[in-house]
Amino acid sequence: MKSSRVLQKTWNVLLNHSTLVLFVVVFIIFGLSSPRFFTLENITNFVKQAAFTGIIAVGMTFVLLTAGIDLSVGSNMYLSSVISGLLMRSIGLDVLPALLVALVVGTLFGAVNAFSVVYLRITPFMATLATLVIGRGIGTALTESRQIDLPERMATFGQAHLLGIPMPIIAFLIVVSTAYFVLTRLPIGRQIYAVGNDRDAAEKAGINSKRVIFSVYLISGFCAALAGFILASQVIRVDRSFAEGREFDAIAAAVLGGVSLFGGVGNVIGALVGAVLIQMVQTGLQFNQVNLYLQPMVRALIILMTVFFDSLREAQAEKLRRRFIRPLDGDKTEVHKAPVVPSQANT
Amino acid sequence: MSVVLHTNKLSKAFFGVPAVQDVSISVEAGQILGLVGQNGAGKSTLMNLIGGVVHADSGTMSLHGQPYQPRNPADAFRAGIAFIHQELNLFTNLSIAENIFIESFPTQRRGPFRLIDRSAVHQRTEALLAQVGLALPPNLTIDRISPGERQLVEIAKALHIDASLFILDEPTTSLTNRETERLFALMKQLQAQGKALIYISHILNDVLALADSIAVMRDGQLITQEPVQNFDVGRMISLMVGRSIDHLYPERTSQPSSEILLDVQGVTADGIVKDIALRVHQGEIVGLFGLMGSGRTELARILFGVDGFESGQVILDKRRFTVSVPRESIRSGVAFVTENRREEGLLMDISIHENVALVALPQFCHTPLQIVDQDAAYSSVRQTLNALQLKSGDIRKQPVRSLSGGNQQKVVIAKWLLSKPKLFIMDEPTRGIDVEAKFEIYTIMDQLAGSGSGILFISSELEELMGMCDRIVVMSRGEIVGEFARQAFDAKAILHAAFREGEALT
Repeated sequence: MKSSRVLQKTWNVLLNHSTLVLFVVVFIIFGLSSPRFFTLENITNFVKQAAFTGIIAVGMTFVLLTAGIDLSVGSNMYLSSVISGLLMRSIGLDVLPALLVALVVGTLFGAVNAFSVVYLRITPFMATLATLVIGRGIGTALTESRQIDLPERMATFGQAHLLGIPMPIIAFLIVVSTAYFVLTRLPIGRQIYAVGNDRDAAEKAGINSKRVIFSVYLISGFCAALAGFILASQVIRVDRSFAEGREFDAIAAAVLGGVSLFGGVGNVIGALVGAVLIQMVQTGLQFNQVNLYLQPMVRALIILMTVFFDSLREAQAEKLRRRFIRPLDGDKTEVHKAPVVPSQANT
Repeated sequence: MSVVLHTNKLSKAFFGVPAVQDVSISVEAGQILGLVGQNGAGKSTLMNLIGGVVHADSGTMSLHGQPYQPRNPADAFRAGIAFIHQELNLFTNLSIAENIFIESFPTQRRGPFRLIDRSAVHQRTEALLAQVGLALPPNLTIDRISPGERQLVEIAKALHIDASLFILDEPTTSLTNRETERLFALMKQLQAQGKALIYISHILNDVLALADSIAVMRDGQLITQEPVQNFDVGRMISLMVGRSIDHLYPERTSQPSSEILLDVQGVTADGIVKDIALRVHQGEIVGLFGLMGSGRTELARILFGVDGFESGQVILDKRRFTVSVPRESIRSGVAFVTENRREEGLLMDISIHENVALVALPQFCHTPLQIVDQDAAYSSVRQTLNALQLKSGDIRKQPVRSLSGGNQQKVVIAKWLLSKPKLFIMDEPTRGIDVEAKFEIYTIMDQLAGSGSGILFISSELEELMGMCDRIVVMSRGEIVGEFARQAFDAKAILHAAFREGEALT
């Protein structure tokens, strides 16, 4: 009896920290199989590559917290980078104004999603699936599906360092800490959790849930555009397949980090860990010269596993949510009985 | 004393069925109004009208003498009405403090941001929790605290908005004795502060002990509102029952056999039902009566395998039956006519024929490829529907949505009939359908019993149970509290059991 309880507890702890456990295990395995894996240079490298996945994962976390989903982030990255890229090429726009343009485009893209979800009441999955196709369609039409080569200034920006830390990592850290701050310290942050937990109850509590849901898609759009711009500064060109399928990595990173697809559970630190983990696996597979064609499968397998853990956690949470109609038997006190009032009719 | 809330001839109907009719009540400052009535008497609808959850068809309300017309719950909340619902509205993923302040966090300016003032939230929550007598840290998340504690958090939340009217709808169902006493003390305290309270409860002695005046509702109408001195438990129940029993029920044409079909032994699910012992014989209609939240539906879901249970066993047709998933139950010969046919029982947009054939499809698949024999399925569906006298057009074209409530219910029953079940669990099978259709459903039930099936008939309408059942089992708070054979049917005695007032009377 006693040992089974200990086992149960250990299992619960592992379940609730499955990603961290996985992170450590994967890190050690790759490190042992390839000594070069542990070098600072390599670690910096995969964290840097994780940066843009991480940034979209942060935006995705906001959406997932409301029990929504944003499938359009890859297309958003593409479209905002295409527009800022075209402006850099045609009228010689500088890097920072171009970044601003990209962010505005991305946020407007998010606003379209938000409008469809909140006011047209299209389910988030379908609404953002539609904008995924439309976004890439517009981008392809604008470029006539040709590749845009970005100017030299963009490359300089992409390789910039601050105190020896690469620019993408700095941007990533700023985004994560801002998001953490918003979610924990601002009223809207806590209201996002409330809406994700129970939208009806949120309405009854007087929360404007439409405003809350609208804002998460804006945030996701903003983050996608920022991530797109950083990715563009690394590869210095925007072609037709730019950022294609990135929504998958972002969702996976968030879920890996413990964000529930059912809403209301998770935080951005988890998304950070998840994004780095995904990138680490990819780098590790390359180091170990795993067949290039097998790599996506291994990644998918890891993601599937964590989503499975998520559903286990959810099943556990479901137990806590069931509606009680009588006190739990664990309570020592007696079930309430009515006080006996002398009844005139029977005297 | 000043009147806080007054309703003037409020009426509300759902789909043409009146739920509240011309109800005028008033609550004064410093008073507790007890509101009692049977299930479906319109108590909750009346409170939902006041709380802005639903809108009145006609009639007006005034709050502190001003016209009051809430458009939504938030309006009522801002007007100073705290509505503590029977089902809790807390966010399980947030802390106690966050739940209390979620809509209006105290903030402090820091540069461009208005930050949550954490220390203010913490301190005020501590003060509120002290008022309701909860010694819990404010940052504890809701999923870590007990149902009773959650209820008290709801009340702390109501205190925080400084409401002038508190509505408490069945607040004690999940409370322990001590928590209930604490709640009552708090209610008295609020009353002394000049707040108005409306208290709805099925525990009539509590209402007598607490209330200053009592309003009795029946069939959507206010029967009377009088000072508490004019009431005792007996009078309250008489006023609630009052309905004439001239409803038509078919004669029962068969007798139950002595063969036990379903034997439930000591089934317990913590926090839901406890030590349920229940038998249904072949050819027997057993009524399961209980007030809202007594655990009737929860028990039905457990017996059908939708929800699990911790201990006890279920024996069906002499075989121990591990109810785990509904599919197993169906295979073992259990049918479940759900309370909510719109959401659970039927696929509204597909044809009548497909709805009926759904459960029994495997029967019509004979070839190795398991292809459905459409003609066989169609003819047997049509036969069943004819037997039930379904009124419809082409059953292969007409969607279920276009049928009346009574005919929809027949489709649900037909769906199960095809798989020839031994045991029917029927949860409110006649809810929301007209008298004539009810009679037809009753007739079908009688025929089913006549052919040897057992029926567990769950209903909030005592009259129909008394009209149709061989036995009535009464539940309260997840326990079986009484059992009545047909010869001993007595509406008052059954209601007394359901209200748990047996102790007070004997």
